[in-house]
Amino acid sequence: MTTAETTTAARPLANARSVAPRLKVEQATYTHAADRSAPQFTLGPVTFEAQQHELVAVLGPNASGKSTLLTLLAGLNKPFSGRIEIDGTEVGQLDLRLRAQRIAFVQQESELLFPLRVWEYVLQGRYPHGRRLRFESEQDCLLAGNALAQVGADAFRERRMDQLSGGEKQRVILARALAQQPSLLLLDEPTQHLDIGGKVELLRRLRRLAENNRYTVLVVTHELDLAAEFCDRVVLLHKGKCLRVGAPAEVYDRALLEEVFEAPLEVEMRANGRPRVILHER
Amino acid sequence: MRPLTPRRVALICAALGGVLFIAVVISLRMGAYPISIPEIVMTLVNRFIGRRNEIPPDFWNVVYEIRLPRIALGILVGAALSTAGAGFQALLRNPLADPYVLGVSSGAALGAIISLAVAPQTPGLIQIAAFAGAAGTIAAVYFLGRRGGQVDSATLLLAGIVAVSFLSAVIMFLMTTLPGHEFRGMAFWLMGDLATQPAISSRWLYLLLIIGVGSIYTTSSDLNLILTGEQEARHLGVNVNRVKLVVYVAASLLTGLAVSVSGAIGYVGLLVPHLMRMMFGSDYRLLIPASALGGAILIVVADLLARVVVAPTELPVGAMTALVGAPVFIYLMRRSVR
Repeated sequence: MTTAETTTAARPLANARSVAPRLKVEQATYTHAADRSAPQFTLGPVTFEAQQHELVAVLGPNASGKSTLLTLLAGLNKPFSGRIEIDGTEVGQLDLRLRAQRIAFVQQESELLFPLRVWEYVLQGRYPHGRRLRFESEQDCLLAGNALAQVGADAFRERRMDQLSGGEKQRVILARALAQQPSLLLLDEPTQHLDIGGKVELLRRLRRLAENNRYTVLVVTHELDLAAEFCDRVVLLHKGKCLRVGAPAEVYDRALLEEVFEAPLEVEMRANGRPRVILHER
Repeated sequence: MRPLTPRRVALICAALGGVLFIAVVISLRMGAYPISIPEIVMTLVNRFIGRRNEIPPDFWNVVYEIRLPRIALGILVGAALSTAGAGFQALLRNPLADPYVLGVSSGAALGAIISLAVAPQTPGLIQIAAFAGAAGTIAAVYFLGRRGGQVDSATLLLAGIVAVSFLSAVIMFLMTTLPGHEFRGMAFWLMGDLATQPAISSRWLYLLLIIGVGSIYTTSSDLNLILTGEQEARHLGVNVNRVKLVVYVAASLLTGLAVSVSGAIGYVGLLVPHLMRMMFGSDYRLLIPASALGGAILIVVADLLARVVVAPTELPVGAMTALVGAPVFIYLMRRSVR
């Protein structure tokens, strides 16, 4: 098995704008078991960095530790060893509200008990920026409106959440995360329930958000091709081990991917320097 | 995009306060002694502006000694039960949660009866015991209502039904075997009514009401987020465990408070928050005060009807609320199961 290899080939643009990394993960490990009878799952050590304006993908087969890594980055679980820093502060040191001002975590949404309007849902993203018991200000509405515009959900801001299609709902959830004005945007399998058009649109939008704003976007996904096309950096996990970190072209190695995903694959380098993965049934 | 403003909350509360005032005045008029509405308003206003000696003694007696204490008790109980209902609905993420349906009221009644059997003369003990009974029951129902680590809506309601019938049986057993007449009737504890005044001063009861409603109100922004998902609320910076603890204690306190003075009046905590949601939306920053006022209105009106429809005898007020509440519960259940 390949040892953990770290490459810090950030884009020159990102380097020019900031020297210190936005997100710094240093030898982070975590161990847990689903229940008492289940075997322990160990993640890590994982080491990588991400800059402002970068779109990062976490790749790996099922049960490779992708979601576990995400909970560490979101501060929901504390790493057993190692450090996770955002803008130089350890994530575990941040109190709940401060953390929510810096990190937005987009999960598959849960079922709503009482249906909300889209704008009400997006306004919730302003919660960490005020007192605990609060009424939204003009400024909050403005920011929520901007967030809706950024994801192209302006047209249905008055609709109810339970009347939206899967793709529309995904955009609204993303808008709520943007309303948090985070520095780090984490997304757990956001492409799961989208058709191919929706997937491309989402990744393109995330790419634009990272480029045009100060966000660092990190996305957990199964979409090898989309990650290769849109991401600056990928983190490849397998059975809890961090196998390789770097630009897609550096990580997408045929033998490595075949071993990790247990499928016959071919990797083809395209003219734009980004790899493409082809299923190759022998 | 029109977010909720404090102004809108104040306006709606003022309007509900007006409706409550009208209900109180009409309720003050009903009874054997004839007194007209202008006379009632004069009696209320004269006391308010400090001209007590201008009130005829008969009017004073009828309004302040007989009718108003009962109405004030109704306001207390209605506000407490509907706020507790709204609290439990958020806590358990179940729109059908209600102190009575979940057995919390029965638990509070059992606590109250035990305290009456052990130390009937200790002031305030009955409220503490009712609170303990309520808190214990909701904890038990919560753990029984979980399946695979998740609160399952149907299992939770079943656990509530089982708790109600078990606790009612224990109450009946105790009331038949224990000697003494401080216990009031069995109908009082199982159905609830407002006919008897509590031994403790209503000032203390109102203070507890304000503490209970106020503590739930301080979490209302958090509850809005918890209702869209606990995990998501955590991501947005809500201290979910702290909020749940506050709501759990406060809603149990409110249920214990209501049951200790009026027995187990049912369905108020279900009916009122739902009606308020239909009228004003599900934002807890408005829902909590609106439910408190709406609950007060409902009980004042229900008690009025309980006294009027079968005059000269009267029904327990719990029978009135159950007559309306049970069908609404079925309707809501069928709608949510769909």
